[in-house]
Amino acid sequence: MVPVEFYFVLSALLFFIGVYGFISRRNLIAMLISVELILNAVEINFAAFNRLLFPGQFEGFFMSLFGIGVAAAETAVAIAIIINVYRNFSSDNVDSIQNMKR
Amino acid sequence: MANSIMFVILAVVILGSAILCVTTTKIMRAATFLLFVLFGVAGLYFLLDYTFLGAAQISIYAGGVTMLYVFAIQLVGKRSLQGLVERVKGSRVIFGSILALVGLVTVCFVLLKNEFLFAAANQPDAEVPMNVIGHALVGADRFQYVLPFEFISLFLLACIIGGLAIARKEEK
Repeated sequence: MVPVEFYFVLSALLFFIGVYGFISRRNLIAMLISVELILNAVEINFAAFNRLLFPGQFEGFFMSLFGIGVAAAETAVAIAIIINVYRNFSSDNVDSIQNMKR
Repeated sequence: MANSIMFVILAVVILGSAILCVTTTKIMRAATFLLFVLFGVAGLYFLLDYTFLGAAQISIYAGGVTMLYVFAIQLVGKRSLQGLVERVKGSRVIFGSILALVGLVTVCFVLLKNEFLFAAANQPDAEVPMNVIGHALVGADRFQYVLPFEFISLFLLACIIGGLAIARKEEK
């Protein structure tokens, strides 16, 4: 059985890889992908906390499950916004978007 | 022992794909590496004996969200994304690396120094029964989760309508 520290270190590494990507990329879709990495790191942590520290309960399990659902919805809306931004500005670079409306 | 070997393999897949995902300049490759990360995380859930969570991860994330990314990349335009080589500014890379390293050290310090670690239960590898999960998901008692379940169904409906309203073509 894997010690719980390994899960913590893995999720911390994944989280900060996502943070690095969010800061260093300027493309909207690449930033969204980095956010997905961050969300996955958080969900690993929830599941590992629940399974290895409080095995009789289900709080972390359901938090991960609802987190997956919320992430899917968030992605759908964000991609709709990105497609619309591209339609209006002909660019998907964050720096080129100054106003909400052209 | 077998669990540890599986964990190491999954960790290498997850971290390697994640690093490639944030450093590659082609968006399509980033989406593909994201798919590998998501499969690795699903494998971690299977390793933790949360089979239902792993199945949900594969079907929602790997089946739905990644498809959405691929469609968006294909839709957003030929000139911009498919052969895109993004220019990454050096100053931003340095700033991002410093921030990530500082945060990583802080979070690892906090996580590895707390006293939760001593409570780590050494429980046997037994799958969490689906019966228990189902009762907890739609029960209305204490420690049961029908209210968030209903909230998330409403939330998904709102997101469907919002996504349609945002992405629809404007009539001239």
